[in-house]
Amino acid sequence: MTPLFVLTPRPFVSPLRRVLTPVCALAAALAIGGVIVALLGRSPAAAFRVFLVEPLTDPWAAQEVLLKATPLVLIATGLLFCFRASRWNIGAEGQFLVGGLCGGGIAILTHGMTGAWILPAMMLAGACGGLAYAALPALLRVRFGISEILTSLMLVYVADLLLDYLVRGPWRDPKGFNFPQSVAFSDAALLHPLLEGGRLHAGMILALAAALAAALVFRRTLFGFAIAASGEAPRAANFAGFNEGRITILVFLISGALAGLAGVIEVAGQVGQLRPGFGQGLGFTAIIVAFLGRLSPLGAVLAALVIAVLLIGAESAQVSLKLPLDLARFFMGLLLICILLGESLERYRIRFRRAEKERPA
Amino acid sequence: MVRISTRLAAFALALGLSGAAGAQEKLKVGFIYVGPVGDFGWSYQHDQGRKAIEAAFPGKVETSFIESVPEADSERAIEQLARTGHKLIFTTSFGYMEPTLKVAKKYPNVMFEHATGYKRDRNVATYSAKFHEGRYIIGKIAGRMTKTNTIGYVGAVPIPEVIAGINAFYLGAKSVNPDVKIKITWVNEWFNPGKESDAAKALMDQGADIITQHTDSPAPLQQAAARGKFAFGQASDMTRFAEKHILTSIIDDWAPYYVERTRAVLEGKWQSQDVFDGLAKGKVKMGPYVNMPDDVKRLAEETEKAIIAGTADPFLCPVVAQDGRTIECKGGNRLSDEQVVGMNYFVQGIEGTIPK
Repeated sequence: MTPLFVLTPRPFVSPLRRVLTPVCALAAALAIGGVIVALLGRSPAAAFRVFLVEPLTDPWAAQEVLLKATPLVLIATGLLFCFRASRWNIGAEGQFLVGGLCGGGIAILTHGMTGAWILPAMMLAGACGGLAYAALPALLRVRFGISEILTSLMLVYVADLLLDYLVRGPWRDPKGFNFPQSVAFSDAALLHPLLEGGRLHAGMILALAAALAAALVFRRTLFGFAIAASGEAPRAANFAGFNEGRITILVFLISGALAGLAGVIEVAGQVGQLRPGFGQGLGFTAIIVAFLGRLSPLGAVLAALVIAVLLIGAESAQVSLKLPLDLARFFMGLLLICILLGESLERYRIRFRRAEKERPA
Repeated sequence: MVRISTRLAAFALALGLSGAAGAQEKLKVGFIYVGPVGDFGWSYQHDQGRKAIEAAFPGKVETSFIESVPEADSERAIEQLARTGHKLIFTTSFGYMEPTLKVAKKYPNVMFEHATGYKRDRNVATYSAKFHEGRYIIGKIAGRMTKTNTIGYVGAVPIPEVIAGINAFYLGAKSVNPDVKIKITWVNEWFNPGKESDAAKALMDQGADIITQHTDSPAPLQQAAARGKFAFGQASDMTRFAEKHILTSIIDDWAPYYVERTRAVLEGKWQSQDVFDGLAKGKVKMGPYVNMPDDVKRLAEETEKAIIAGTADPFLCPVVAQDGRTIECKGGNRLSDEQVVGMNYFVQGIEGTIPK
């Protein structure tokens, strides 16, 4: 059977097309979403306002958007190093958890103490923890050729169970009626809000700094070039003298350290204690963020903001418009599909097959 | 900056005026759910309570909810309700405790009600229900109904409420069948139909011929029915999911409590408190006893009556822990509420250990 249409690569993608693609994708998603909202008997204009405008214009909501985006930016930035080199770190969630555990461990050990050194020590411990945890799949791949996709993913569950063990066992709050959670951290171990009344903390600055540094590394340094070469043309990279194993380990270490740092920041800034489930799947969402941002640091920042806006808009929509959460999730999926479709159409053109005679191949 | 703030002030004034212009300002009541309202279990029952508030005070209240809110990221959702004018907010899962307290500090004029927690504040009350009373009854039913003497228990998360439920169930079963054994599988989530199903199947593979659950979806019940085994409904009356294989359900009825607390706010009489009651006050109810012989049904009904009358209790002393120590009796002839709320040991006879 002959296919109805074929995709042929475009020889040249104009910059205008590159800019217009995401815009058109968003417009298409909004149009489809608007029709659905109208079919449910609600005003599409109101839904648009609550979902996409208010999270950015309302000062409280805007802070919450930035707060939600912070861990996503940090983790995704780290993942860019791996993904650009075609090393598939799927286990950022585990590195995030171990980072949070290491940082949180210091908070628990220093409980009741004061001192400006506590928070930096937590950050350092978290980054080191994430780094060490990411070293495992990297070493297994380099030494034994074991797929890092599987090992990094499996280690997520190990980290999850380790967290579970610690908060039910040695790190359980002794006054907590045996509920599985640690003590609430002391003041010295918390990231405090930057502005009165809000929850935004300095983590966002760190996240943006990391994204900026990554952009510089990718554009300006030999290491950035080695990553790209190793990802796109591994044989050529080998001939050029870049050591494949060393790159694998380095990108995993960077990725793990940033995920670990994100873990501490989430624990010290948002949750305020260790408890099961503090990962919330952020490490997995960050994979979407990295790809949605087309593997560029700036793109990751934008993509993290889009996801955060949608999450917060989804909560407002439930309260102010009484729209079900499923609709919000539907819209998120719709937007992702439109963006991915847009990307394909940017690089390929559709050719419909006419009823022409097929030549024998 | 000045101009912006004047505009904000004008806007706030306009809002205030438009509020005052309305015939009567409605009391806004908000809910945070841990699962989807369509779980037909825990969150569904809380949502039934929300609907009861709307029905009880027509035109006087407006309710909202945010569903499937992850416990570790709930502070924003709770604050979302507080800052949009909700004056009474129910946070309906244990994991919302710290976030609820944090938001409550920021909004001293908003009343909070936290389900199943133990930390209170001037504007944070707590409430829970003695689900373990119902579990004692279904334990007796299961003990009589099992042929393999093996009962499968699908547990969510090993917190004291669930542990107390397992103990009550086992003590009920053992009181009518000394040979009974229970096997427990932990899902580590409250709502995950896939994992709940797998747990139920694994338990049946190990010889369990009756399944009971402390998770929120009807999946374990449905899996049991698919293999022709009996099971119980959880949180809501789950008869519709397995008419021929359900024995009864433990039903959480939050509606009277929610209506009462809303009335307290409307009348300006709301105060922080802690409420822990069960069958006697109707917060826990039993579904119809079906698919069982008459004598088992009679046993269940009698046990229910005795618990309501106060003559029976799952934790009548002496209660002996798994390791053989006798638990101190702090509630007269039974364990005290505090002892039940903080229970973290299995009773003697249960095999296996609590995950730590």
